[in-house]
Amino acid sequence: MSRARTAGFHVTGSALAVLFLLPMLWTLYSSVNSRRAAGGEPGWGVDNYERLADYGSGVGTYLLNTVVVAVVAVVVTVVTTTLGGYALARLRFPGHNLLFLVTLAILMVPYTTILVPLYILLGWIGLQNSLIGLGLVLAMFQLPFGLFMMRSSFEALPRELEEAALIDGCTPGSALWRVLLRGVLPGIVTVGLFSFLAAWNEFVAPLIFLTDGSKFTLPVALFNLQSGSLGSVDFEALQAGVVTSALPCVVVFLLLQRHYVRGFTSGALKG
Amino acid sequence: MATVTRTRPPTSTRPTPPDRRRRATIAGARRRLGILYASPMALLVVVLFVIPLVLMVWMSFNHWPLLGASAPNGVENYSALQDPLFLRAIVFTLKYTAVTTVVLGLVAFGLALLVQESRPGVGVYRTALFLPSVVGLASTSLLFYGLFNTEASPLNELVRFLGLGSVDWLGSTDNALASTVGMITWRFAGFYMLILMTGLQSIDPMLYEAARADGANRWQILWRVTLPLLRPTLALTMVLSLTGSLLAFDQFFILTGGRHETATVVISVYREAFLSQDLGRAAAVSVAILAVLILVNGAQLRLLRRGGR
Repeated sequence: MSRARTAGFHVTGSALAVLFLLPMLWTLYSSVNSRRAAGGEPGWGVDNYERLADYGSGVGTYLLNTVVVAVVAVVVTVVTTTLGGYALARLRFPGHNLLFLVTLAILMVPYTTILVPLYILLGWIGLQNSLIGLGLVLAMFQLPFGLFMMRSSFEALPRELEEAALIDGCTPGSALWRVLLRGVLPGIVTVGLFSFLAAWNEFVAPLIFLTDGSKFTLPVALFNLQSGSLGSVDFEALQAGVVTSALPCVVVFLLLQRHYVRGFTSGALKG
Repeated sequence: MATVTRTRPPTSTRPTPPDRRRRATIAGARRRLGILYASPMALLVVVLFVIPLVLMVWMSFNHWPLLGASAPNGVENYSALQDPLFLRAIVFTLKYTAVTTVVLGLVAFGLALLVQESRPGVGVYRTALFLPSVVGLASTSLLFYGLFNTEASPLNELVRFLGLGSVDWLGSTDNALASTVGMITWRFAGFYMLILMTGLQSIDPMLYEAARADGANRWQILWRVTLPLLRPTLALTMVLSLTGSLLAFDQFFILTGGRHETATVVISVYREAFLSQDLGRAAAVSVAILAVLILVNGAQLRLLRRGGR
């Protein structure tokens, strides 16, 4: 009975696992094995990736743009929410409740609705069509999750740790950080990971904010590859592009899986 | 006098005037440090969230072309809400939201029940089922665009094997809707599975044992124990799924470009702003969407809180 149930569990589990992995595996496979992948003959080859590399401003440019946006978003999210989380968890200051509430309100506002005014505002401060501006906007959308995560990370540290550091002659601003940062490092990794995945994959914001083709991020460039060529879409190059765009996320996730799951169990998702 | 000092615990004599002053300066230093540390975040929130929010409302009362000068025009922009194309987008978005929330919810719940117990091998299944969720929605849509439109894709091979001929997956409103719901389920099921699994694991196993001891069968346990206790988690997944589907953009923009009457509400905002180049009307529609979603979220959060009690 129990053995039959275990067998049933594994059969169902592996069937579903195959079903969920199949679209990705097929895309990976047909990006390197097809007629157009190997110069006209069926077989293995990297021709699809070579055509992708030459598309538009070159896939290298698009990858670099995406990296710039993701790095800006991750660094800004991590630095602002670590400082802000510490301030809200340990330092009383006027307006701390207001700041917390307004930051969480970002969650309540559907973000696609404020993209139009953001487009105008970025123009006013000279950040329209700018990868830095895009990175800052994407960081802003990560603030509610990041702040919640970092505030509870600091709150979870024993106060004695801070007091011991102070008694040992640290000021709240200096070596204290070295003690506390080590304690909240898992939280920082989680916040950085969520921010990276969101920024790397973002589609609407770069579609609206970036007007210059050489500044496109990978998802927007691939969308142009799909929709720009009237009639004949180069499906094989598109598949190579999907692999290029998805692979970093899959690798980063598999390496940091533990930290991702913490984002769920910490209750931070409940805002 | 002497007896009073003797009975006092020694610690209470410590806050002497200079000491109190020192404590006050420490509190002041902490306050200044708090403001200093919170200011980068506050700056980001004010400049990129609060100001755009106010600007959105202001824009909605102005004639605001994409290029050129703007001028106040009262509530004229709000006539965009009566545009038949926009009304059609609302109907389609609501239909999509209803179907997605039900299908996705059921699949994710089934998966969560399957992988909730820790047993050998379950980690591999959890990872495999979750993996689509780390691929971006735009990349997912492009991936499925290939899957739907390539003759040799496993999907089309399967359909031919079943003798159904060739299917035009995105060729009509209904086909596009069904195909997109299928894709979204593939992409998000693992994500919601993980949330529901966390909820299931927080239910005390003793309750199951007690129910079994009372002679409850598996269905009765599911309906009488699991589902009521899972209510806060179910409400959370509902909030996320409803909000996400009402704001759907990437999937339809990429798969159909909004053709065959598959334009969603956000696609019509995008068209208003960047094809009709009328940012004022786009802002008016955005204000309306914002108001509706705050109402929906508010109602659901109340449900969530009541369930949590």
